[in-house]
Amino acid sequence: MGFLTDKKILIVGLASNRSIAWGIAQAMKREGAELAFTYQNEKLRDRVEKLASECGSEITVPCDVSSDEEIEAVFDHLDDYWDHVDGIVHSVAFAPRDELGGDYLDVVTREGFNIAHEISSYSFAALAKAGRNKMQGRNASLITLSYLGAERTIQNYNVMGPAKASLEANVRYMAQALGPENIRVNAVSAGPIRTLAAAGISNFKRMMDHVENVAPLRRNITTEEVGNMAAFLCSDLASGVTGEIVYVDAGFNTIGMTLA
Amino acid sequence: MSSIQERVKKIVIENLGAKEEDVTNEASFVDDLGADSLDTVELVLSLEEEFDCEIPDDVADNITTVQQVIDYISQNAKGS
Repeated sequence: MGFLTDKKILIVGLASNRSIAWGIAQAMKREGAELAFTYQNEKLRDRVEKLASECGSEITVPCDVSSDEEIEAVFDHLDDYWDHVDGIVHSVAFAPRDELGGDYLDVVTREGFNIAHEISSYSFAALAKAGRNKMQGRNASLITLSYLGAERTIQNYNVMGPAKASLEANVRYMAQALGPENIRVNAVSAGPIRTLAAAGISNFKRMMDHVENVAPLRRNITTEEVGNMAAFLCSDLASGVTGEIVYVDAGFNTIGMTLA
Repeated sequence: MSSIQERVKKIVIENLGAKEEDVTNEASFVDDLGADSLDTVELVLSLEEEFDCEIPDDVADNITTVQQVIDYISQNAKGS
């Protein structure tokens, strides 16, 4: 029996079979979870429905995380299927593409900064607010996805760095708020993975080459590896873990200097 | 080893769910094969993996047909 048997988990941020959310969905499914998925807009609906059915799920609901109404409607929709929710996976981020390359101060704008923070960080808190009642008494767990750019400068990551820093602080404050209800909140800080979202970052392939050259494991990581960590964090095996940023990055965050 | 043309067409068929007979050298991803913007990004990612190369954004934005991909890969890929 899998370690997520009978857990009902909502996954927000699936766009393709390259998505980190897809690696998470597959690992959770394998461990026995029942899954529901959101899709950002009608354009993505068919894609998400197809992937959901591969996970044995017929539950797909629209959710553009820039809208509080849509976020609340997700949980109303879920009422038709589930009387509670055991976990939420937030795998969503956005920044204007033309701000993800070049000199940070040259390209950052007030508008881009705001939208990056709103979509990449606030939306996690918004989902927790809307889903809070449904998670009572379930030892529920929330997971989000971060990146090392939150703590260190990563060339071209630019405004997503501050946005991920906000997200990681959000994890800690959400963990503190929800802890008394025995709801846990954690982030997986993943190494670079070639997803649709990553395609917006300049020179992404060079970032991956660099990790392969210097990370302790001398390779990049897979969505499956991120999925396994997310599944663990969502499970009762991680019942004592909250407010944490857990790295799945082949050890890259631990290195100080390598002499190539 | 299959030719670049065969490998490119195989990837296009897999990524876009297109019929083999529709994937001609002249076929346009958007106009003839029904690709949307996400499909085209995924296609670029798959091609970069298959041929171990990088297709920069400004190049990708100007590639619209199967033949243009074959030409670019032929000139730039290590794994071809």
